[in-house]
Parts: sequence; C-alpha cells; structure tokens
Amino acid sequence: MKVQNNKAWWLVLPVFLLVAFSAIVPMMTVVNYSVQDIFDHSTRYFVGVDWYKQVLQDTRLHDSLLRQFIFSGCVLLIEIPLGIAIALCMPTKGRMASLVLIVMAIPLLIPWNVVGTIWQIFGRADIGLMGWTLNKLGIAYNYASDTGDVVGTIWQIFGRADIGLMGWTLNKLGIAYNYASDTGDAWVTVLIMDVWHWTSLVALLCYSGLRAIPDVYYQAARIDRASAWAVFRHIQLPKLKSVLLIAVMLRFMDSFMIYTEPFVLTGGGPGNATTFLSQTLTQMAIGQFDLGPAAAFSLVYFLIILLVSWLFYTAMTHNDKTR
Amino acid sequence: MAEIRLHNLAHSYSRAPNGNGDYAIREMNHVWAQGGAYALLGPSGCGKSTLLNIISGLLSPSHGEVQFDGKVVNHLHPEQRNIAQVFQFPVVYDTMTVFDNLAFPLRNQGMNEARILAKVNEIAEVLELHPLLRKRASNLTADEKQKVSMGRGLVRDDVSAILFDEPLTVIDPHLKWKLRRKLKQIHEQFNITMVYVTHDQLEASTFADKIAVMYGGQIVQFGTPRELFERPSHTFVGYFIGSPGMNLIEVSRCEGGVRFADTVLPLSPALNQRLDELQWTSLKVGIRPEFVHVWEGFNEDARCGEVVHLEDLGTYKILTLRLDGQLLKVRLQEDQPVPQQQVYLSFPAQWLMLYADEYLVEVLPAQPQSQSSEVQP
Repeated sequence: MKVQNNKAWWLVLPVFLLVAFSAIVPMMTVVNYSVQDIFDHSTRYFVGVDWYKQVLQDTRLHDSLLRQFIFSGCVLLIEIPLGIAIALCMPTKGRMASLVLIVMAIPLLIPWNVVGTIWQIFGRADIGLMGWTLNKLGIAYNYASDTGDVVGTIWQIFGRADIGLMGWTLNKLGIAYNYASDTGDAWVTVLIMDVWHWTSLVALLCYSGLRAIPDVYYQAARIDRASAWAVFRHIQLPKLKSVLLIAVMLRFMDSFMIYTEPFVLTGGGPGNATTFLSQTLTQMAIGQFDLGPAAAFSLVYFLIILLVSWLFYTAMTHNDKTR
Repeated sequence: MAEIRLHNLAHSYSRAPNGNGDYAIREMNHVWAQGGAYALLGPSGCGKSTLLNIISGLLSPSHGEVQFDGKVVNHLHPEQRNIAQVFQFPVVYDTMTVFDNLAFPLRNQGMNEARILAKVNEIAEVLELHPLLRKRASNLTADEKQKVSMGRGLVRDDVSAILFDEPLTVIDPHLKWKLRRKLKQIHEQFNITMVYVTHDQLEASTFADKIAVMYGGQIVQFGTPRELFERPSHTFVGYFIGSPGMNLIEVSRCEGGVRFADTVLPLSPALNQRLDELQWTSLKVGIRPEFVHVWEGFNEDARCGEVVHLEDLGTYKILTLRLDGQLLKVRLQEDQPVPQQQVYLSFPAQWLMLYADEYLVEVLPAQPQSQSSEVQP
C-alpha cells in the first residue's frame, strides 16, 4: 500500500483561500442570484430555472451572441494569420530586431479605454486622420451614424438574407439575421481597432516561438530541398503549435469578452451593431437592475467561453495524444 | 557521386580576420576521392563541423574553392549541390509519418511515387525502420528519430556525398555499434562518398578507410588508422589517437642525437642530417606506450626507470614510470611480468618519432607535411 501524506493539502490552503475570494465566492453569489427574483433586501423569491429559460429565449441575447461569435471569429481569422505573417517577417538580429520589438509592443501597453478614444478621434470624419482621408477619397464613412456603406459589397452580399451565403444559411438555421440593422462601419471599426491592438500579441508570441526553433531544422530542410512552403508547413507551424494555442485562447477569450473599446468608441451603437455580449449583460444588470436574468446570463456566458476554449484546446492538442 | 576537392580553402567567422587565431579553418588543400569512406576526427571546436557545413553549402567559405568533380560549387546553395547531411541531433518532421519523412527529400526532387515507395522500403529495411513506417515521427524515441534522420540522408542514392556530423551522439552504445556497421554496409552497397565527423577515434577507425585528423583549423594528418597510429605526422595526432596517447618528451639537440636530462637518444645518420637541414625552435621525441620495450630484468642496454603507478585495465596494464624526471606511460600485456619499483626499458629506433615544431621529421625525402591529402600509405 502506498502511504499517502495528507498534510500536503495544507500547503494548498493559501492558494485555495485566494481563489475562493477571487473566483469561487463571487461565482456562487452569481449562482445564488440566478435562481431568485430579487426586489429588495427582504423581498426575494426562489424561481428555479425560470431566468435561464427566459435568457435562453431572449432574441436580444441571441443577436448579441451571434454578433459576438462573428466578431471573435473575425478577430481570430484576421489576427492569427496576420500575427504569424508579421512574426515571419520580423528581423531576427541587429538593431532593427529590437526596434521592431518595441514598436510591436506599443499597442499592447495602451489601456483599453485609451484605445477606444484614440480610434474615436482617428475615425472622426471632420478632424480624424482616417475618417477625413476616407471621406476625401470619396468613401462615405461615418462610424457614428452609418450602418451599411463601407462594409462593402462582400458583406452586403454575403449577409443578404435572400441570396447571400451567410445570410441565407443563418436564416435557414432559424436565426433572425439582417445585416442592415446589425453591421456597419462601426462594427468594422471595432474589428480593425481590435486587430490593431492585439495582433502584436500574436506576432510577439509567434516571434518567440520561431526563435526557439533550432537552426539545424532549417539546415536539414535545405539539405532535403524543402520549399519555403514546406518549411513553414512542416517545421515552423508545428513548432509554433504551443504558442498558437496560447494565442488563440487568449484572443478568443479576450475578444469574446470585449467591452471597453466598443463602449468608448460607439457605446454599442449605432442600433445594436457593436453591442456585444458583455455590454448586453451590463445593460441588463446595471442599466435595468435585472439581477436574476443577468446572473443566469453571465453563467451561460461563462459556460460558452469554457466550452469553446475547451474545444480549441482539444482540437489543437488532439494530435499529440494519438499514436 | 563526386570527388570533393578543397582548394586553398579557409574560413573565418570574423569579417576582418587578423592572424591565424581568427580562422576556424586555416588554408588547406584536400581531396576526398569518389566513393571513399572518410572520417574527420578532432576535438571539439577544431573546425570539423565548419568544414562539413562548407562542403554541404550551409556555410560559404571566406576564402578558396570547393570543387565537386572539378567544378567550383561555391556559389551553389545546398539544395543545388545534391548532397545529404545528417546532423548531430535528430531532425524529423513532426507532422509526418516515418514513411513521409523518408520520402520527403525524394518528393522534393519530383520522383514518382512508385520509385519512392521502393526506395523508402529499401532504406527502411536496412535501418530496421519497417515496423515504424506508419507511425508519426513525433512519437519516436531519440534513437528512432536519429535513424529516420539518417534514413533521409541515405534514401537519396544519387547524391554527390553524404556528410555525417557526429550522428551517433544521441544513440545508445549497443545501437551505435550496429548503426556504424549499417553505414559501412550502405557504403559498400552504394559506393557513395561519405564523410563522417566525430571526436571518437574508435568510431572513426571502425567506419573509415582513411581518417583526416583536424586540429586548430587544419587537417594535420590524413591516413589509414594504422598510419595514424604508427607514424603520427603531428604531435597532436600522437596525443589524440591511442589510449593512452603517445609519450612526448621535450628534448634538446646533442652530438649524434637528442637528449633530455642525462638521457641521450642517438639518432640514425640520415635523421641527424635531416635535422641539421631543418629550421626549428622546439624538438620532441614521441613513442607510443605500446612500443616501449620493457625488459624482464636487468639489462646492460636498457635504461632504468622508477615505477610510479600501475593501472590494471583487465586485458592490459598501464604502467606509469619516471625516467630522468620525465613521466612515461607503458602498456603491458596481460601475461607480462609487472616490474616492481625498478623498470628496465628501451626505445626501439623504428618506433621513436622525432618532431620538430610539432611536425614529424621524416627521413624519406620530400614528403609534404600531411596538410595535403596526397599522402600515400
């Protein structure tokens, strides 16, 4: 029989207490709220899973969830390949290497609300460099009021409910989707802003991953006459897998919980184009004081993030386990 | 298949080399003949790997030329030189199966799949990789990975040469022996020029027909294992080859020979004459521990030394003794009586080597001092 020393559990206690106060207690509070209807301190009713039912049937939440998935999907589809591409192009030695590293790190150092403000000014049609330039170029761009011009024909067609692939599919799936009220300049601006803000992170992670590949792999590839694509496909990409896993998870979770940037830039509008899940949640909890549904919703939100992160993790580490 | 010729080749990693110290490879001329099995032997940092990378084209030499069959290939990339190289640490493509790993260089050449299948199977047979062919390369042990690495080099039989850069470092000892024999077999079968870099003399002498010993960025001797053992042309070769290495004693010139302390070693008239013709600043004599003659008892002609230490290595013994203030090592066979305290020994003239400024003084006229490869046995 193996002797077990249970005293070791005491060593975990400090961490357990810390986690209890930072995560477990708040979360259980939320669980508590989610099954009650609360009017004031003394007036509360147990309602069971009613709030969950209500939340799961709320079309406003369906819409934001869909927007959120499209947004996070776009973020990953743009930032991950772009980050890898940038990392591949970054110089490896000399002064330029340090300079580029610093330049790449700058967006990461700027606080979220400042990023929102920067882009708010940058995009303004009257005094913003980008907005002004676009308008001078004859492109009608106004993130504050426009809802459908600059997204371009691609999204217009793609999203159309009658002939667009995405619009048609989504509607067939029973999801009410209509780009005219949900997407727009604002949406794209938020996306570009996120790309600007966070692609650096992906690039820097990939850069460090690339630097960790021993030279001998490249040498062997040259001896084997591997093409540049084969080197990327069979050496760089597999060796980047672990950092990419981190990058994908971080970017997914962060973008899925995006709040400050759209809040500062557009306040969720125009219409609901940039109202993402966290904002809907805030409106519900603080704006309307619907604590019960908000609590139920945040638990569902939490489970979605957990589930998707788990899916990513499993998919990306799947190959290591199979023989 | 090619003869590889290094013409006035030198390499320095510094941009403005200043003196010999800055050169990883000092100017050399050397020929690796077509179809030979060669070893490049030397201590760490002597320039072996640099030289190998220059031959394969991974590194471009700062001076001189690399020629394949008389054609200068300096400007050709490794991809264009048609050369295979196996590295010290295993390199496998993790995403591929063992089969695809082995097929990879062939596919890059555009070979048709039927031939690839035949080639891969052939090499997998030789390296005993058959049971692993369908396995993903990332799940192999270090041994197996290195076999795959080697397989990727060996699978291309049209290559000019296969270069091995200490390929058996990560391999288990019992497998090392087996793999070395495999390489030898493959060499005999395909008749490809092979250059094998190692710092292990045993590995070098079991693999190669001829060994180039490198020291300080130069090839100091190129010869068969036996030549390196019997007539080291540089003190480093004497010291590096053999276990223990050659006894080297600093001596001074005297009438009719050389001496250290009170011990006079007479030289042949020819050697005396040669020594007078040469310019030198230091003189050494060298004799291998195996060749020192130990007498069983007192002998008129023998010199008397004092026993310092005896090391029993099972099949033979290493006796350390002091002779006129110099420590010498002598190898005694198992059945030889072990001298106590006093030992009588003599140095057979044919095994006593004389080194002027670290290079062997040869009596036979006009043999170049071994930097060049055209030293015939």
